[in-house]
Amino acid sequence: MTILVLAEHDNAHLKADTAKVVAAASAIGGDIHVLVAGHQCVEAAKAAQSLAGVTKVLVADAAVFANHLAENLGKLIISLSADYSHILSAASSVGKDTLPRVAALLDVAQISEVIAVASADTFIRPIYAGNALATVQSLDDKKVMTVRSTAFDAVAATGSAELVSVDNALDARTEFVSQTLTESARPELGNAGIIVSGGRGMGSGENFAILEQLADKLGAAVGASRAAVDAGFVPNDLQVGQTGKIVAPDLYIAVGISGAIQHLAGMKDSKVIVAINKDPEAPIFQVADYGLEADLFDAIPALNNLL
Amino acid sequence: MKILVPVKRVVDANVKVRVKADNSNVDTANLKMALNPFCEIAVEEAVRLKEAGIATEVVVVSIGAKVVQEQLRTAMALGADRAIHVETDEDLVPLSIAKLLNAVQQKEQAQIVLFGKQSIDGDNNQTGQMLAALADLPQATFASEVKVEGESITVTREIDGGLQTLKMPLPAVVTVDLRLNEPRYASLPNIMKAKRKPLETLAVADLGVTLKAHQTVLKVTPPAERQAGIMVSSVEELVEKLRNEAKVI
Repeated sequence: MTILVLAEHDNAHLKADTAKVVAAASAIGGDIHVLVAGHQCVEAAKAAQSLAGVTKVLVADAAVFANHLAENLGKLIISLSADYSHILSAASSVGKDTLPRVAALLDVAQISEVIAVASADTFIRPIYAGNALATVQSLDDKKVMTVRSTAFDAVAATGSAELVSVDNALDARTEFVSQTLTESARPELGNAGIIVSGGRGMGSGENFAILEQLADKLGAAVGASRAAVDAGFVPNDLQVGQTGKIVAPDLYIAVGISGAIQHLAGMKDSKVIVAINKDPEAPIFQVADYGLEADLFDAIPALNNLL
Repeated sequence: MKILVPVKRVVDANVKVRVKADNSNVDTANLKMALNPFCEIAVEEAVRLKEAGIATEVVVVSIGAKVVQEQLRTAMALGADRAIHVETDEDLVPLSIAKLLNAVQQKEQAQIVLFGKQSIDGDNNQTGQMLAALADLPQATFASEVKVEGESITVTREIDGGLQTLKMPLPAVVTVDLRLNEPRYASLPNIMKAKRKPLETLAVADLGVTLKAHQTVLKVTPPAERQAGIMVSSVEELVEKLRNEAKVI
């Protein structure tokens, strides 16, 4: 049994998600190979070599992979697939875009957002916005799956895998036009130890400044509910929830967020949840470890003063 | 140009589902059902492309038991021109759905197949990508902006960390994200008109697709309950608890 893990990286840096997907691969058991497909991605490949449990790092370095487009990555993975029993990636935007293409071309079903490995063919995944967990046994000869990285602890960087170049000639149909990434000095939402999230109760984008202050004092990332994103307070890549980011930090502070099913789906596996809301009936209090019924415009500045 | 929009009937987004006592599945009996919210956005975008004079026909398709015709009627009340119902009582995985949709697309030859990015019941986020693979079409997933110019489509996508814009030749598969548009409500006259719009029913056998079993759901369980929390009375007490009890700051 050999497992292929698609690395998550921005060409220069390997993302922490990859080490978590390798942890899921280790739970399945078998030889683990990591595929680093990108352009001028030597540094990312080197980082992948050091992941504990990885025996081989395959590098496909070509301009056609620079932006991790599904069609090109899909073709590459298919060309390598004969050697593998399992193909894994993070349930990131790249993984979710690419792996279903791979699965369909291999004529196997994909298992999405795996949170636990029961055996080499049986996996647990959330359905209905996390309100139920399905234990699914795959009947296919190859298992293709995306892994919810918050459910696994990253493997250590103590390995020394072999580096192998793979053939990568491809014609691309899809043209990359442009990309705008949100600049932030704060930790990445998916890997932050503490997250401070604001909802509709924040009232405006300007008011997010007090949350940002709190985030900076705690070394935290800033998140948001869909209401805050739809109202234009913050960009949508900050959205936490069923259709945004799924997070599980040590501490999640929900400020002015009522706690709709779709939001809870993205954060209810956090270790400690704090809710600050002026409505004592808000559903968020049902999942909060510590609840404070207060006006956030009094509570957050007071909190900032105390930290 | 023709746009094909696959839609799904799901439990209404505001209903909290419960797991059956025998752990065989979630209990969906007697729950309010609706058009999957992402499918609604896809239908809305297709109708807007028609209103803008870009699309000439919007065809909606759904796969499932006879009841899915309700959602096809809803989609037609929102502006779709006609509907195709592929009737089956089986619970199919996204790959099987994609195979059936591929057969429908071979017949219809739509220039754009517009999907929701995921259904809120299975949360799979696979079907659009799988159809694109089977039909060998380019794909743009998680679209928050769609522009059609001649024989190509430019799509802005929501990706981790920001936005990405791609351009690809038609025909193509596009899956839509929440931010693409604000779906309209169906007006009463349009609901009445939708009842007279054509709805074609096909059997799985009519499409010449052989489906196979890919997975077995062994059990469905409720997630672990969180322990009840406490209410604190002041910011001071909150900080004290976080420092000394939870030890997270």
